[in-house]
Amino acid sequence: MNALPEPGERISEERLQEIKRMAGEASLAAGVAKTAAHPQIQGRDSYYGLPGLKPPVWTWEVPLYFFVGGISGVSGCMAFVAHFFHSDPALVRALLWMGFVGSALCPVLLIADLGRPARFLYMLRVFKWRSPMSMGVWILVAYSLCITPALLAHELMLRGFTWPLLAWVQWSAEGACVVTGLLLAAYTGVLLGATANPLWSAHRRVLPAHFLTSGLGGASAILELMGFLVPVTQVLGFVGAGVEMALGVIFETRRREVDVPLHHGISGIAFRVAGVLDAPAPLFVRLLWGSMPQGRYAAAILFLAGSLLSRYAWIWAGRFSAKQPDAEFRRQRTGAARP
Amino acid sequence: MTKAAFLTDATICIGCKACEVACKEWNNVPADGFEWSGFSYDNTKALGASTWRHVMFLEQPQTAGPQITATTDPFRWVFLSDVCKHCANSGCLEACPTGAIVRTDVESVHVQADICNGCGYCVVSCPFGVIDKNPDDGRAFKCTFCYDRQKVGLMPACATACPTQSIQFGPYDELQERAKSRVAELHQRGYSDAKLYDPKETSVGGIHAFFVILGEPENYNLPPAPEVPTVYLRSAWTSALISAVILFAIVCAAFALT
Repeated sequence: MNALPEPGERISEERLQEIKRMAGEASLAAGVAKTAAHPQIQGRDSYYGLPGLKPPVWTWEVPLYFFVGGISGVSGCMAFVAHFFHSDPALVRALLWMGFVGSALCPVLLIADLGRPARFLYMLRVFKWRSPMSMGVWILVAYSLCITPALLAHELMLRGFTWPLLAWVQWSAEGACVVTGLLLAAYTGVLLGATANPLWSAHRRVLPAHFLTSGLGGASAILELMGFLVPVTQVLGFVGAGVEMALGVIFETRRREVDVPLHHGISGIAFRVAGVLDAPAPLFVRLLWGSMPQGRYAAAILFLAGSLLSRYAWIWAGRFSAKQPDAEFRRQRTGAARP
Repeated sequence: MTKAAFLTDATICIGCKACEVACKEWNNVPADGFEWSGFSYDNTKALGASTWRHVMFLEQPQTAGPQITATTDPFRWVFLSDVCKHCANSGCLEACPTGAIVRTDVESVHVQADICNGCGYCVVSCPFGVIDKNPDDGRAFKCTFCYDRQKVGLMPACATACPTQSIQFGPYDELQERAKSRVAELHQRGYSDAKLYDPKETSVGGIHAFFVILGEPENYNLPPAPEVPTVYLRSAWTSALISAVILFAIVCAAFALT
Protein backbone atom coordinates (compact mmCIF):
# COMPACT_ATOMS: atom_id res chain seq x y z
CA MET A 1 0.00 0.00 0.00
CA ASN A 2 1.57 3.22 -1.10
CA ALA A 3 0.50 6.01 1.19
CA LEU A 4 2.97 8.56 -0.12
CA PRO A 5 1.46 11.65 -1.72
CA GLU A 6 1.20 11.34 -5.48
CA PRO A 7 3.61 13.59 -7.41
CA GLY A 8 2.10 17.05 -7.63
CA GLU A 9 -0.44 16.38 -4.89
CA ARG A 10 -0.82 19.20 -2.40
CA ILE A 11 0.10 17.88 1.01
CA SER A 12 -2.71 19.12 3.14
CA GLU A 13 -3.21 18.67 6.85
CA GLU A 14 -6.05 16.33 5.95
CA ARG A 15 -3.72 14.16 3.92
CA LEU A 16 -1.21 14.00 6.76
CA GLN A 17 -3.98 12.90 9.13
CA GLU A 18 -4.93 10.21 6.63
CA ILE A 19 -1.34 8.91 6.49
CA LYS A 20 -1.18 8.93 10.29
CA ARG A 21 -4.39 6.95 10.49
CA MET A 22 -3.14 4.35 7.98
CA ALA A 23 0.09 3.95 9.92
CA GLY A 24 -1.89 3.42 13.11
CA GLU A 25 -4.02 0.76 11.45
CA ALA A 26 -0.95 -1.05 10.12
CA SER A 27 0.49 -1.37 13.61
CA LEU A 28 -2.91 -2.34 15.03
CA ALA A 29 -3.07 -5.15 12.51
CA ALA A 30 0.30 -6.37 13.74
CA GLY A 31 -1.13 -6.70 17.24
CA VAL A 32 1.06 -4.13 18.93
CA ALA A 33 0.03 -3.15 22.43
CA LYS A 34 -0.66 0.54 22.74
CA THR A 35 -0.86 3.00 25.56
CA ALA A 36 -3.11 6.01 25.56
CA ALA A 37 -0.21 8.43 25.87
CA HIS A 38 1.89 6.89 23.11
CA PRO A 39 -0.13 5.10 20.49
CA GLN A 40 3.00 3.73 18.80
CA ILE A 41 4.68 2.36 21.93
CA GLN A 42 6.35 -0.99 21.38
CA GLY A 43 5.96 -4.22 23.29
CA ARG A 44 8.66 -5.24 25.73
CA ASP A 45 9.53 -8.69 24.39
CA SER A 46 10.50 -7.94 20.81
CA TYR A 47 10.84 -5.14 18.29
CA TYR A 48 7.18 -4.43 17.49
CA GLY A 49 6.62 -8.18 17.14
CA LEU A 50 8.46 -8.13 13.82
CA PRO A 51 10.12 -11.45 12.88
CA GLY A 52 13.55 -11.86 14.44
CA LEU A 53 14.52 -14.63 12.06
CA LYS A 54 14.11 -15.17 8.35
CA PRO A 55 11.52 -17.77 7.31
CA PRO A 56 12.70 -20.54 4.97
CA VAL A 57 12.69 -19.41 1.33
CA TRP A 58 12.43 -22.91 -0.12
CA THR A 59 9.85 -23.45 -2.85
CA TRP A 60 7.42 -26.37 -3.21
CA GLU A 61 10.13 -28.59 -4.66
CA VAL A 62 12.02 -28.98 -1.38
CA PRO A 63 9.34 -30.71 0.75
CA LEU A 64 8.57 -32.91 -2.25
CA TYR A 65 12.28 -33.71 -2.44
CA PHE A 66 12.25 -34.74 1.24
CA PHE A 67 9.36 -37.10 0.45
CA VAL A 68 10.86 -38.57 -2.74
CA GLY A 69 14.38 -38.81 -1.30
CA GLY A 70 13.09 -40.62 1.79
CA ILE A 71 11.21 -43.24 -0.21
CA SER A 72 14.04 -43.63 -2.69
CA GLY A 73 16.70 -44.07 -0.02
CA VAL A 74 14.75 -46.62 2.01
CA SER A 75 13.91 -48.52 -1.21
CA GLY A 76 17.63 -48.93 -1.93
CA CYS A 77 18.19 -50.31 1.56
CA MET A 78 15.18 -52.64 1.23
CA ALA A 79 16.44 -53.89 -2.14
CA PHE A 80 19.58 -55.25 -0.50
CA VAL A 81 17.70 -56.83 2.38
CA ALA A 82 15.06 -58.38 0.06
CA HIS A 83 17.80 -59.73 -2.17
CA PHE A 84 19.73 -61.07 0.83
CA PHE A 85 16.73 -62.95 2.23
CA HIS A 86 15.84 -64.39 -1.19
CA SER A 87 12.57 -62.55 -1.55
CA ASP A 88 10.56 -62.53 -4.76
CA PRO A 89 12.98 -61.35 -7.52
CA ALA A 90 10.20 -59.13 -8.88
CA LEU A 91 10.11 -57.35 -5.51
CA VAL A 92 13.87 -56.77 -5.58
CA ARG A 93 13.58 -55.42 -9.10
CA ALA A 94 10.72 -53.08 -8.14
CA LEU A 95 12.71 -51.74 -5.19
CA LEU A 96 15.78 -51.11 -7.34
CA TRP A 97 13.63 -49.22 -9.84
CA MET A 98 11.97 -47.18 -7.08
CA GLY A 99 15.36 -46.28 -5.69
CA PHE A 100 16.69 -45.35 -9.10
CA VAL A 101 13.69 -43.28 -10.24
CA GLY A 102 13.69 -41.41 -6.92
CA SER A 103 17.41 -40.73 -7.10
CA ALA A 104 16.93 -39.34 -10.62
CA LEU A 105 14.03 -37.10 -9.52
CA CYS A 106 15.84 -35.72 -6.47
CA PRO A 107 18.48 -33.63 -8.29
CA VAL A 108 15.79 -32.24 -10.60
CA LEU A 109 13.75 -31.03 -7.62
CA LEU A 110 16.79 -29.64 -5.83
CA ILE A 111 18.06 -27.79 -8.88
CA ALA A 112 14.62 -26.36 -9.62
CA ASP A 113 14.57 -24.81 -6.14
CA LEU A 114 17.89 -23.01 -6.57
CA GLY A 115 17.86 -19.28 -7.13
CA ARG A 116 20.51 -19.82 -9.80
CA PRO A 117 19.83 -23.32 -11.18
CA ALA A 118 22.64 -23.05 -13.74
CA ARG A 119 25.09 -23.00 -10.83
CA PHE A 120 24.00 -26.34 -9.33
CA LEU A 121 27.44 -27.86 -9.87
CA TYR A 122 28.92 -25.29 -7.46
CA MET A 123 27.49 -27.58 -4.77
CA LEU A 124 30.33 -29.95 -5.63
CA ARG A 125 33.09 -27.34 -5.19
CA VAL A 126 33.44 -28.11 -1.50
CA PHE A 127 32.85 -30.90 0.99
CA LYS A 128 31.75 -29.57 4.36
CA TRP A 129 31.17 -31.94 7.25
CA ARG A 130 29.54 -29.17 9.20
CA SER A 131 26.96 -28.23 6.57
CA PRO A 132 24.06 -30.73 6.34
CA MET A 133 23.18 -29.20 2.95
CA SER A 134 26.68 -29.99 1.63
CA MET A 135 26.61 -33.46 3.19
CA GLY A 136 23.18 -34.08 1.71
CA VAL A 137 24.35 -33.24 -1.78
CA TRP A 138 27.29 -35.64 -1.44
CA ILE A 139 25.03 -38.33 0.06
CA LEU A 140 22.67 -37.95 -2.92
CA VAL A 141 25.59 -38.22 -5.35
CA ALA A 142 26.92 -41.28 -3.53
CA TYR A 143 23.49 -42.91 -3.45
CA SER A 144 22.98 -42.33 -7.18
CA LEU A 145 26.38 -43.89 -7.82
CA CYS A 146 25.24 -46.99 -5.87
CA ILE A 147 21.65 -47.49 -6.96
CA THR A 148 22.37 -46.94 -10.67
CA PRO A 149 24.99 -49.71 -11.09
CA ALA A 150 22.92 -52.00 -8.85
CA LEU A 151 19.90 -51.61 -11.12
CA LEU A 152 22.01 -51.79 -14.28
CA ALA A 153 23.68 -55.03 -13.20
CA HIS A 154 20.32 -56.48 -12.21
CA GLU A 155 18.71 -55.59 -15.56
CA LEU A 156 21.68 -56.92 -17.55
CA MET A 157 21.48 -60.25 -15.72
CA LEU A 158 17.74 -60.41 -16.35
CA ARG A 159 18.50 -60.00 -20.04
CA GLY A 160 20.77 -63.04 -20.05
CA PHE A 161 24.18 -61.50 -19.53
CA THR A 162 26.17 -63.99 -17.49
CA TRP A 163 29.34 -62.05 -16.91
CA PRO A 164 30.28 -63.15 -13.34
CA LEU A 165 31.28 -59.63 -12.34
CA LEU A 166 27.64 -58.50 -12.69
CA ALA A 167 26.43 -60.38 -9.62
CA TRP A 168 29.34 -59.00 -7.63
CA VAL A 169 28.53 -55.45 -8.82
CA GLN A 170 24.89 -55.84 -7.84
CA TRP A 171 25.70 -57.17 -4.38
CA SER A 172 28.31 -54.57 -3.52
CA ALA A 173 26.30 -51.69 -4.99
CA GLU A 174 23.18 -52.81 -3.11
CA GLY A 175 25.20 -53.14 0.08
CA ALA A 176 26.45 -49.57 -0.35
CA CYS A 177 22.83 -48.52 -0.95
CA VAL A 178 21.99 -49.58 2.60
CA VAL A 179 24.36 -46.96 4.01
CA THR A 180 23.86 -44.20 1.46
CA GLY A 181 20.11 -44.79 1.10
CA LEU A 182 19.45 -44.64 4.83
CA LEU A 183 21.62 -41.52 5.09
CA LEU A 184 19.60 -39.97 2.24
CA ALA A 185 16.33 -40.68 4.03
CA ALA A 186 17.62 -39.50 7.42
CA TYR A 187 19.79 -36.47 6.67
CA THR A 188 16.81 -34.25 5.73
CA GLY A 189 15.86 -34.36 9.41
CA VAL A 190 19.35 -33.12 10.30
CA LEU A 191 19.06 -30.50 7.55
CA LEU A 192 16.03 -28.99 9.30
CA GLY A 193 17.20 -29.74 12.84
CA ALA A 194 20.59 -28.03 12.62
CA THR A 195 19.26 -24.57 11.75
CA ALA A 196 18.45 -21.42 13.67
CA ASN A 197 14.73 -22.07 13.20
CA PRO A 198 13.32 -22.52 16.73
CA LEU A 199 10.74 -25.18 15.88
CA TRP A 200 13.06 -27.27 13.74
CA SER A 201 16.06 -27.13 16.07
CA ALA A 202 13.84 -28.01 19.04
CA HIS A 203 12.84 -31.18 17.12
CA ARG A 204 16.31 -32.08 15.84
CA ARG A 205 16.40 -35.38 17.72
CA VAL A 206 13.04 -36.60 16.50
CA LEU A 207 13.04 -35.32 12.90
CA PRO A 208 15.50 -37.88 11.45
CA ALA A 209 13.48 -40.76 12.95
CA HIS A 210 10.25 -39.16 11.71
CA PHE A 211 11.53 -38.76 8.15
CA LEU A 212 13.08 -42.26 8.07
CA THR A 213 9.79 -43.79 9.20
CA SER A 214 7.95 -41.89 6.49
CA GLY A 215 10.43 -43.21 3.95
CA LEU A 216 9.94 -46.79 5.16
CA GLY A 217 6.15 -46.63 5.21
CA GLY A 218 6.15 -44.80 1.87
CA ALA A 219 8.35 -47.35 0.13
CA SER A 220 6.23 -50.18 1.48
CA ALA A 221 3.02 -48.37 0.42
CA ILE A 222 4.27 -47.93 -3.14
CA LEU A 223 5.12 -51.64 -3.27
CA GLU A 224 1.55 -52.43 -2.23
CA LEU A 225 0.16 -50.10 -4.89
CA MET A 226 2.35 -51.91 -7.42
CA GLY A 227 0.58 -55.10 -6.43
CA PHE A 228 3.00 -56.62 -3.93
CA LEU A 229 0.29 -57.51 -1.42
CA VAL A 230 2.67 -59.82 0.42
CA PRO A 231 3.04 -60.20 4.20
CA VAL A 232 6.23 -58.15 4.34
CA THR A 233 4.57 -54.98 3.00
CA GLN A 234 1.70 -55.52 5.43
CA VAL A 235 4.14 -55.77 8.34
CA LEU A 236 6.15 -52.74 7.24
CA GLY A 237 2.91 -50.83 6.67
CA PHE A 238 1.93 -51.52 10.28
CA VAL A 239 5.41 -50.58 11.50
CA GLY A 240 5.46 -47.29 9.55
CA ALA A 241 2.02 -46.18 10.69
CA GLY A 242 2.65 -47.45 14.23
CA VAL A 243 5.88 -45.48 14.69
CA GLU A 244 4.24 -42.40 13.16
CA MET A 245 1.40 -42.88 15.63
CA ALA A 246 3.84 -42.83 18.55
CA LEU A 247 5.61 -39.76 17.16
CA GLY A 248 2.25 -38.10 16.56
CA VAL A 249 1.33 -38.58 20.22
CA ILE A 250 4.63 -36.91 21.19
CA PHE A 251 4.01 -33.98 18.82
CA GLU A 252 0.45 -33.57 20.05
CA THR A 253 1.11 -33.80 23.78
CA ARG A 254 4.26 -31.68 24.03
CA ARG A 255 3.03 -28.13 24.58
CA ARG A 256 6.10 -25.98 24.82
CA GLU A 257 5.87 -22.44 23.48
CA VAL A 258 8.12 -23.48 20.60
CA ASP A 259 5.55 -26.13 19.53
CA VAL A 260 2.80 -23.57 18.84
CA PRO A 261 3.19 -23.74 15.01
CA LEU A 262 2.37 -27.46 15.17
CA HIS A 263 -0.98 -26.78 16.82
CA HIS A 264 -2.14 -23.41 15.51
CA GLY A 265 -2.78 -21.70 12.23
CA ILE A 266 -2.61 -23.19 8.75
CA SER A 267 0.54 -25.13 9.60
CA GLY A 268 -1.18 -26.61 12.66
CA ILE A 269 -4.16 -27.75 10.61
CA ALA A 270 -1.93 -29.23 7.90
CA PHE A 271 0.25 -30.93 10.50
CA ARG A 272 -2.73 -32.52 12.26
CA VAL A 273 -4.40 -33.64 9.03
CA ALA A 274 -1.09 -35.17 7.98
CA GLY A 275 -0.76 -36.78 11.40
CA VAL A 276 -4.16 -38.45 11.06
CA LEU A 277 -3.54 -39.53 7.47
CA ASP A 278 -0.21 -41.23 8.09
CA ALA A 279 -0.90 -42.90 11.44
CA PRO A 280 -4.36 -43.68 12.89
CA ALA A 281 -6.11 -43.75 9.49
CA PRO A 282 -3.93 -46.42 7.80
CA LEU A 283 -3.67 -48.36 11.08
CA PHE A 284 -7.46 -48.47 11.34
CA VAL A 285 -7.95 -49.42 7.70
CA ARG A 286 -5.27 -52.10 7.91
CA LEU A 287 -6.75 -53.60 11.07
CA LEU A 288 -10.29 -53.73 9.68
CA TRP A 289 -9.78 -54.39 5.98
CA GLY A 290 -6.12 -55.44 5.82
CA SER A 291 -7.08 -58.85 4.45
CA MET A 292 -8.65 -57.31 1.36
CA PRO A 293 -6.60 -55.78 -1.48
CA GLN A 294 -8.82 -52.67 -1.47
CA GLY A 295 -8.10 -52.15 2.22
CA ARG A 296 -4.37 -52.33 1.67
CA TYR A 297 -4.48 -49.98 -1.31
CA ALA A 298 -6.49 -47.52 0.77
CA ALA A 299 -4.06 -47.76 3.70
CA ALA A 300 -1.11 -47.24 1.36
CA ILE A 301 -2.67 -44.17 -0.27
CA LEU A 302 -3.59 -42.68 3.11
CA PHE A 303 -0.05 -43.12 4.40
CA LEU A 304 1.55 -41.63 1.29
CA ALA A 305 -0.78 -38.62 1.38
CA GLY A 306 -0.12 -38.02 5.08
CA SER A 307 3.60 -38.44 4.69
CA LEU A 308 3.75 -35.95 1.79
CA LEU A 309 1.54 -33.40 3.55
CA SER A 310 3.60 -33.70 6.71
CA ARG A 311 6.75 -32.57 4.83
CA TYR A 312 4.93 -29.44 3.68
CA ALA A 313 3.50 -28.90 7.16
CA TRP A 314 7.01 -28.92 8.67
CA ILE A 315 8.14 -26.20 6.25
CA TRP A 316 4.99 -24.11 6.85
CA ALA A 317 5.37 -24.54 10.60
CA GLY A 318 9.00 -23.43 10.28
CA ARG A 319 7.84 -20.24 8.57
CA PHE A 320 5.37 -19.63 11.40
CA SER A 321 8.08 -20.29 13.98
CA ALA A 322 10.46 -17.73 12.45
CA LYS A 323 7.77 -15.10 12.95
CA GLN A 324 7.53 -15.54 16.71
CA PRO A 325 10.46 -13.48 18.01
CA ASP A 326 9.17 -13.17 21.59
CA ALA A 327 8.74 -16.93 21.97
CA GLU A 328 12.27 -17.55 20.71
CA PHE A 329 13.80 -14.88 22.94
CA ARG A 330 12.06 -16.35 25.99
CA ARG A 331 13.33 -19.80 24.99
CA GLN A 332 16.86 -18.47 24.79
CA ARG A 333 16.53 -16.75 28.17
CA THR A 334 15.51 -20.01 29.82
CA GLY A 335 18.45 -21.82 28.25
CA ALA A 336 16.23 -24.19 26.27
CA ALA A 337 17.93 -23.21 23.00
CA ARG A 338 21.29 -24.49 24.19
CA PRO A 339 22.41 -27.78 22.63
CA MET B 1 45.12 -6.77 7.52
CA THR B 2 43.92 -6.40 11.10
CA LYS B 3 40.65 -7.63 12.50
CA ALA B 4 38.06 -4.91 11.79
CA ALA B 5 34.86 -4.11 13.65
CA PHE B 6 31.78 -1.93 13.78
CA LEU B 7 30.69 -0.32 17.02
CA THR B 8 27.14 1.00 16.71
CA ASP B 9 26.01 3.14 19.59
CA ALA B 10 22.28 3.56 20.21
CA THR B 11 22.88 6.43 22.60
CA ILE B 12 24.36 8.66 19.88
CA CYS B 13 22.19 7.68 16.91
CA ILE B 14 19.79 10.41 15.76
CA GLY B 15 17.78 8.16 13.44
CA CYS B 16 18.68 10.06 10.25
CA LYS B 17 19.04 6.86 8.17
CA ALA B 18 22.06 8.27 6.32
CA CYS B 19 23.70 4.86 6.85
CA GLU B 20 20.82 3.10 5.08
CA VAL B 21 21.06 5.49 2.15
CA ALA B 22 24.86 5.46 1.95
CA CYS B 23 24.83 1.65 2.01
CA LYS B 24 22.31 1.45 -0.81
CA GLU B 25 24.17 4.05 -2.87
CA TRP B 26 27.59 2.50 -2.54
CA ASN B 27 26.50 -1.12 -2.92
CA ASN B 28 23.88 -0.44 -5.56
CA VAL B 29 21.20 -2.19 -3.55
CA PRO B 30 17.52 -1.96 -4.59
CA ALA B 31 15.09 0.29 -2.73
CA ASP B 32 12.75 -1.18 -0.12
CA GLY B 33 9.56 0.36 -1.53
CA PHE B 34 7.29 2.93 0.05
CA GLU B 35 5.29 1.50 2.89
CA TRP B 36 4.15 2.88 6.17
CA SER B 37 4.82 0.38 8.89
CA GLY B 38 3.18 2.29 11.72
CA PHE B 39 6.18 1.47 13.91
CA SER B 40 7.41 4.93 14.87
CA TYR B 41 9.58 6.29 12.04
CA ASP B 42 10.82 2.85 11.03
CA ASN B 43 9.43 1.98 7.62
CA THR B 44 12.32 -0.40 6.83
CA LYS B 45 11.31 -2.94 9.49
CA ALA B 46 14.14 -5.47 9.16
CA LEU B 47 17.45 -6.33 7.58
CA GLY B 48 17.18 -8.32 4.39
CA ALA B 49 18.58 -9.08 0.97
CA SER B 50 18.34 -5.42 -0.06
CA THR B 51 18.63 -3.84 3.38
CA TRP B 52 22.06 -4.10 4.92
CA ARG B 53 21.68 -1.29 7.44
CA HIS B 54 18.39 -0.85 9.25
CA VAL B 55 17.67 2.01 11.63
CA MET B 56 15.32 1.02 14.45
CA PHE B 57 13.06 3.46 16.26
CA LEU B 58 12.17 2.40 19.76
CA GLU B 59 9.61 4.29 21.76
CA GLN B 60 10.06 3.16 25.32
CA PRO B 61 7.91 3.99 28.34
CA GLN B 62 11.02 4.48 30.43
CA THR B 63 10.40 5.49 34.01
CA ALA B 64 13.95 5.29 35.38
CA GLY B 65 17.07 7.15 34.31
CA PRO B 66 17.45 10.27 32.25
CA GLN B 67 15.15 10.81 29.32
CA ILE B 68 16.41 11.24 25.80
CA THR B 69 13.23 13.03 24.90
CA ALA B 70 11.66 14.71 27.88
CA THR B 71 7.90 14.99 27.77
CA THR B 72 5.30 15.31 30.46
CA ASP B 73 5.05 11.54 30.79
CA PRO B 74 7.93 9.05 30.95
CA PHE B 75 9.04 8.39 27.43
CA ARG B 76 12.24 8.03 25.52
CA TRP B 77 13.04 7.62 21.88
CA VAL B 78 15.98 5.32 21.06
CA PHE B 79 17.49 4.67 17.65
CA LEU B 80 19.89 1.95 16.58
CA SER B 81 21.34 1.10 13.20
CA ASP B 82 21.27 -2.70 12.91
CA VAL B 83 23.66 -4.56 10.62
CA CYS B 84 25.07 -8.04 9.92
CA LYS B 85 26.92 -9.12 13.05
CA HIS B 86 29.84 -10.81 11.23
CA CYS B 87 29.86 -13.57 13.87
CA ALA B 88 33.03 -15.22 15.10
CA ASN B 89 31.25 -18.57 14.59
CA SER B 90 28.98 -17.76 11.71
CA GLY B 91 25.86 -19.83 11.01
CA CYS B 92 25.56 -18.76 7.37
CA LEU B 93 29.20 -19.46 6.63
CA GLU B 94 29.07 -22.92 8.20
CA ALA B 95 25.86 -23.78 6.34
CA CYS B 96 26.86 -22.63 2.85
CA PRO B 97 27.22 -25.76 0.66
CA THR B 98 29.02 -24.00 -2.21
CA GLY B 99 31.71 -22.23 -0.24
CA ALA B 100 30.30 -18.93 -1.49
CA ILE B 101 30.36 -17.52 2.04
CA VAL B 102 33.90 -17.00 3.27
CA ARG B 103 35.83 -15.39 6.11
CA THR B 104 37.93 -12.46 4.89
CA ASP B 105 41.33 -11.31 6.09
CA VAL B 106 39.61 -8.68 8.29
CA GLU B 107 37.58 -11.56 9.80
CA SER B 108 34.32 -10.36 8.31
CA VAL B 109 31.84 -12.80 6.73
CA HIS B 110 31.53 -12.26 2.99
CA VAL B 111 29.12 -13.70 0.40
CA GLN B 112 30.78 -14.16 -2.97
CA ALA B 113 28.00 -13.27 -5.37
CA ASP B 114 29.71 -15.03 -8.27
CA ILE B 115 29.58 -18.37 -6.40
CA CYS B 116 26.22 -18.29 -4.56
CA ASN B 117 23.64 -20.46 -6.28
CA GLY B 118 20.71 -19.43 -4.09
CA CYS B 119 20.09 -22.68 -2.18
CA GLY B 120 18.67 -20.70 0.74
CA TYR B 121 20.28 -22.72 3.53
CA CYS B 122 22.13 -19.70 4.97
CA VAL B 123 18.75 -17.97 5.39
CA VAL B 124 17.55 -20.49 7.98
CA SER B 125 21.01 -20.82 9.54
CA CYS B 126 21.49 -17.20 10.62
CA PRO B 127 20.53 -16.87 14.32
CA PHE B 128 20.13 -13.10 13.83
CA GLY B 129 17.78 -13.26 10.83
CA VAL B 130 20.12 -11.12 8.72
CA ILE B 131 20.89 -12.82 5.41
CA ASP B 132 18.06 -13.35 2.93
CA LYS B 133 17.50 -14.47 -0.62
CA ASN B 134 16.58 -11.80 -3.14
CA PRO B 135 13.62 -13.32 -4.99
CA ASP B 136 14.28 -11.26 -8.13
CA ASP B 137 17.95 -12.11 -8.32
CA GLY B 138 17.89 -15.61 -6.84
CA ARG B 139 21.00 -15.24 -4.71
CA ALA B 140 21.50 -14.49 -1.01
CA PHE B 141 22.77 -11.09 0.08
CA LYS B 142 23.83 -9.32 3.24
CA CYS B 143 26.21 -6.62 4.45
CA THR B 144 29.63 -6.96 2.79
CA PHE B 145 31.36 -4.91 5.52
CA CYS B 146 32.23 -2.75 2.47
CA TYR B 147 35.11 -5.12 1.90
CA ASP B 148 35.78 -3.41 -1.44
CA ARG B 149 36.20 -0.04 0.32
CA GLN B 150 38.31 -1.56 3.08
CA LYS B 151 40.64 -3.01 0.46
CA VAL B 152 41.54 0.49 -0.72
CA GLY B 153 41.76 1.95 2.76
CA LEU B 154 38.28 3.51 2.96
CA MET B 155 35.82 3.12 5.80
CA PRO B 156 32.51 1.33 5.12
CA ALA B 157 29.93 3.64 3.53
CA CYS B 158 27.60 3.64 6.55
CA ALA B 159 30.33 4.62 9.02
CA THR B 160 31.55 7.31 6.65
CA ALA B 161 28.08 8.77 6.23
CA CYS B 162 27.11 8.66 9.92
CA PRO B 163 26.98 12.29 11.07
CA THR B 164 27.21 11.55 14.79
CA GLN B 165 29.81 8.77 14.95
CA SER B 166 27.11 6.43 16.20
CA ILE B 167 28.59 3.97 13.70
CA GLN B 168 32.29 3.63 14.35
CA PHE B 169 34.62 1.50 12.30
CA GLY B 170 38.11 0.49 13.29
CA PRO B 171 40.40 -2.19 14.69
CA TYR B 172 38.47 -4.78 16.70
CA ASP B 173 40.45 -4.53 19.94
CA GLU B 174 40.34 -0.75 19.98
CA LEU B 175 36.57 -0.64 19.46
CA GLN B 176 35.98 -3.30 22.13
CA GLU B 177 37.81 -1.08 24.60
CA ARG B 178 35.91 1.97 23.42
CA ALA B 179 32.58 0.16 23.78
CA LYS B 180 33.36 -0.92 27.34
CA SER B 181 34.44 2.55 28.42
CA ARG B 182 31.36 4.02 26.73
CA VAL B 183 29.07 1.70 28.72
CA ALA B 184 30.92 2.59 31.94
CA GLU B 185 30.54 6.27 31.12
CA LEU B 186 26.82 5.85 30.44
CA HIS B 187 26.34 4.05 33.75
CA GLN B 188 28.11 6.91 35.47
CA ARG B 189 25.76 9.36 33.81
CA GLY B 190 22.74 7.50 35.11
CA TYR B 191 21.83 5.32 32.11
CA SER B 192 21.72 2.24 34.32
CA ASP B 193 20.31 0.01 31.55
CA ALA B 194 23.10 0.76 29.06
CA LYS B 195 24.88 -2.40 27.97
CA LEU B 196 27.23 -3.82 25.39
CA TYR B 197 25.56 -6.36 23.09
CA ASP B 198 28.22 -8.88 22.11
CA PRO B 199 27.15 -12.52 22.75
CA LYS B 200 30.58 -13.90 23.62
CA GLU B 201 29.32 -16.44 26.15
CA THR B 202 27.20 -18.38 23.62
CA SER B 203 28.39 -20.63 20.78
CA VAL B 204 28.37 -17.60 18.46
CA GLY B 205 31.55 -16.63 20.29
CA GLY B 206 31.27 -12.88 19.86
CA ILE B 207 30.51 -10.65 16.91
CA HIS B 208 32.47 -8.17 14.82
CA ALA B 209 29.63 -5.66 14.78
CA PHE B 210 28.71 -4.99 18.38
CA PHE B 211 26.26 -2.52 19.84
CA VAL B 212 25.86 -0.22 22.80
CA ILE B 213 22.16 -0.38 23.64
CA LEU B 214 19.73 0.95 26.20
CA GLY B 215 17.32 -1.62 27.61
CA GLU B 216 17.20 -5.29 26.74
CA PRO B 217 18.47 -6.89 23.51
CA GLU B 218 14.92 -8.22 22.90
CA ASN B 219 13.67 -4.63 22.41
CA TYR B 220 15.92 -4.47 19.34
CA ASN B 221 15.07 -7.99 18.13
CA LEU B 222 18.62 -8.92 19.11
CA PRO B 223 18.54 -12.52 20.40
CA PRO B 224 19.60 -12.63 24.07
CA ALA B 225 21.47 -15.93 23.70
CA PRO B 226 21.94 -16.80 20.01
CA GLU B 227 23.44 -20.18 19.12
CA VAL B 228 25.27 -21.06 15.92
CA PRO B 229 23.23 -23.97 14.48
CA THR B 230 26.26 -26.24 14.12
CA VAL B 231 25.95 -26.91 17.87
CA TYR B 232 22.84 -28.95 17.03
CA LEU B 233 24.71 -31.21 14.57
CA ARG B 234 25.94 -33.77 17.07
CA SER B 235 22.54 -34.59 18.57
CA ALA B 236 20.77 -34.51 15.19
CA TRP B 237 23.28 -36.81 13.47
CA THR B 238 23.37 -39.15 16.47
CA SER B 239 19.62 -39.48 16.28
CA ALA B 240 19.81 -40.03 12.52
CA LEU B 241 22.36 -42.83 12.86
CA ILE B 242 20.54 -44.58 15.72
CA SER B 243 17.22 -44.38 13.87
CA ALA B 244 18.82 -45.69 10.68
CA VAL B 245 20.29 -48.71 12.49
CA ILE B 246 16.93 -49.47 14.12
CA LEU B 247 15.14 -49.13 10.79
CA PHE B 248 17.65 -51.48 9.14
CA ALA B 249 17.06 -54.04 11.89
CA ILE B 250 13.28 -53.75 11.44
CA VAL B 251 13.54 -54.21 7.67
CA CYS B 252 15.82 -57.24 8.14
CA ALA B 253 13.43 -58.76 10.67
CA ALA B 254 10.44 -58.13 8.40
CA PHE B 255 12.04 -59.82 5.41
CA ALA B 256 13.59 -62.65 7.43
CA LEU B 257 10.39 -63.56 9.27
CA THR B 258 7.82 -63.31 6.49
